[in-house]
Amino acid sequence: MMLTLYGTSVSSRLLLGTARYPSPAVLAEAVRASRTDIVTVSLRRETAGSRTGGAFFELIRTLGVRVLPNTAGCHTVSEAVLTAKMARDLFSTDWIKLEVIGNHDTLQPDVFALVEAARILSGEGFKVFPYTTDDLVVAEKLLDAGCQVLMPWCAPIGSAMGPVNLPALRSMRASFPEVPLIVDAGIGRPSHAATVMELGFDAVLLNTAVAGAADPAAMAAAFSGAIDAGRIAFHAGMLEPRDMAVPSTPIIGKAVFS
Amino acid sequence: MIFIINGEEQQVAAATLADLLAALDYEGEWLATAVNGELVHREERSGFPLGERDRIEILSPMQGG
Repeated sequence: MMLTLYGTSVSSRLLLGTARYPSPAVLAEAVRASRTDIVTVSLRRETAGSRTGGAFFELIRTLGVRVLPNTAGCHTVSEAVLTAKMARDLFSTDWIKLEVIGNHDTLQPDVFALVEAARILSGEGFKVFPYTTDDLVVAEKLLDAGCQVLMPWCAPIGSAMGPVNLPALRSMRASFPEVPLIVDAGIGRPSHAATVMELGFDAVLLNTAVAGAADPAAMAAAFSGAIDAGRIAFHAGMLEPRDMAVPSTPIIGKAVFS
Repeated sequence: MIFIINGEEQQVAAATLADLLAALDYEGEWLATAVNGELVHREERSGFPLGERDRIEILSPMQGG
């Protein structure tokens, strides 16, 4: 079944960041290999006469993917709201990955400012994709604020630790069965992505794990496979672990030689 | 006039936001602009008058996660 985000159906359950690749050509290869439908982009101050932003965006346009602009680097509600408005003007999309950072070391979201910014932006017609924690109370408040998608971290951005709190992710999935949940941040390897997909998360947003790999395009393909595998497994009904062995070969009719 | 452009003080002869962008060789459709914390749409730049020490942000697309 396709994933639906604010009424838009996408076939890939991998969202890919565009930062930190060794070159634009490698970024393009990785986007193609990932088979993603959605890439994240950012906004930064443009130097007079440089035209670097235009060159980057022309590259993204050739890839034929939908763009999800972010508010990365914003630390206050007003910064995030203005950045979102500038992104909408520039990219002609009302989608916004809302980040309001509260801690410099962990890049943990300031969830109080996040909820406030989400309410303001939802009220102005934005379709908000909030980068949040696995806190259920915050999740509830974000939904109240108008969000129809949640993007919890599974570990700090760029840490590659993978899911550090599986019980919290499980309870988040159980608490919001109808809400698209995208794990954003902290994934390091394909097995991490498969793990959260097996829990029933709807998609995974990656950047550093792909961009920082020795071969980003190959890693993008590996993640794509892992995410598909995890999703299929979730629907296929996995066994629960047990303490004792259970013979897989039937005992009935076994030959007796002595 | 003196403006604060992307956080830096600069003297530029410009009456409107469009004048300022042209004077500083900002060109292309991939720019987003704000003055004193408010978005100024692309179409509004030529009619948007600037004042002394206005804070002007000029952003463009960049790689992001």
